Amino acid sequence: MPYPEHKSSSDGHEGQTHEHEHNVERPWQAVRTEAIESLLNELGIIESAKVDDVVRHYEEKVGPRTGARVVAKAWVNPDFKARLLANGLAACAELGIGGPETELLHVVENTPTLHNVVVCTLCSCYPWPILGLPPAWYKSSAYRSRVIREPRTVLSEMGLTLAEDVTIKVWDSISEIRYLVLPERPAGTDGMSEADLAELITRDAMIGVAKIPSPVE
Amino acid sequence: MNGIHDMGGLHGFGRVVPELNEPVFHARWEGRVFAMTQLLDKTGIYNLDEHRHEIELMEPPDYLRDGYYGRWLFAMESILHRKRILLRAELQTRLAEIAPDVEKRTPPSKSDRHWPLSPTEKILWGAWRREAKITPRFAVGAEVRVRNWQPPGHTRLPAYLRGKHGEVAMVNAQAWVWPDTRAHNRGENLQAVYNVSFAGREVWGEDADPEMLLAVDLSEAYLDPVE
Repeated sequence: MPYPEHKSSSDGHEGQTHEHEHNVERPWQAVRTEAIESLLNELGIIESAKVDDVVRHYEEKVGPRTGARVVAKAWVNPDFKARLLANGLAACAELGIGGPETELLHVVENTPTLHNVVVCTLCSCYPWPILGLPPAWYKSSAYRSRVIREPRTVLSEMGLTLAEDVTIKVWDSISEIRYLVLPERPAGTDGMSEADLAELITRDAMIGVAKIPSPVE
Repeated sequence: MNGIHDMGGLHGFGRVVPELNEPVFHARWEGRVFAMTQLLDKTGIYNLDEHRHEIELMEPPDYLRDGYYGRWLFAMESILHRKRILLRAELQTRLAEIAPDVEKRTPPSKSDRHWPLSPTEKILWGAWRREAKITPRFAVGAEVRVRNWQPPGHTRLPAYLRGKHGEVAMVNAQAWVWPDTRAHNRGENLQAVYNVSFAGREVWGEDADPEMLLAVDLSEAYLDPVE
């Protein structure tokens, strides 16, 4: 089904804009989005004020700092970690964390011999309530096509070199179950508080494309 | 469907390029499209798998070019038109009026709109029916072979797994809706979803990394037993 009038499928490549078809200031998607929103708002199907609220929520309230709190707690509290590995969503709910797009959460633990990495090859499924919305690279054709077939190479290109004897497990999260990687706690962090540990924990480590470096190295 | 969205294992896409200090949305319209879809989720007009399948129906060059939220925009517009919630003709009128030198706004017409929906017409967005009980066919450790299932409609079985031999690693024994029928509003077909483990070489051939595993969540209907 071709997309209607405003363009044909032969007029550009990914990343190009189509400003010439409307005006020079605004891409066609912006104009089209405004038109749909104004009509839906007038019809009472959605309210623009609520659209504002949702945008603000995902820009300001949700993000990888949430996941970092979960991981830091798992590092310092073995009982919490056991509950997190057994039922990720229930353990997150203890911290007041939850929301749409994650019906079930499996937390998978990295060890010195096993490295986990998460992808969605069919779209871009991602644990929104825990990590926020996914970064562009996670949604890219390159990541979706390649990390499932040659994870060691892709991770190396992204700056994470794993020894050949480390097993890499790639989780293709194509069902409604979402995945969070529990990274290894780095050396030199024994005396650190949960809050300070959370500062070390990155989004990329919780997707599985990075490790968390030791703060003392 | 065998579409461009089913990207696992494709060659030719080059390096993954992370972006430093990436914003949540790269343009205002991306946030609006995202948020509008979240709100439409609650209206009962369509479900999650219809949204995904509509994206799969994009022409492949458009899919590759339009980006993640461009695909969502396509899906929203396309589904709302098909379900007679917001017609393309109305949208075209409004698009013409959005030009900077036009003051007029033609209100949406009253006729022939499938809105509001009656309670029985409303569709649930989510994926798991908590009230139902199911009996899983396979247990942890069961050997399974992925069916050679190539429906023309929606499926969550990626092409790279067809015919492959794996082992059940986890049984998610909740009553999950089967996306293949839900995307077309042809029933829920509640069933277990299994996390199945595959060796890299089973999936990608003998040149694949010997120390890689794939772990993929698959509906029961995608799996056959290995005797």
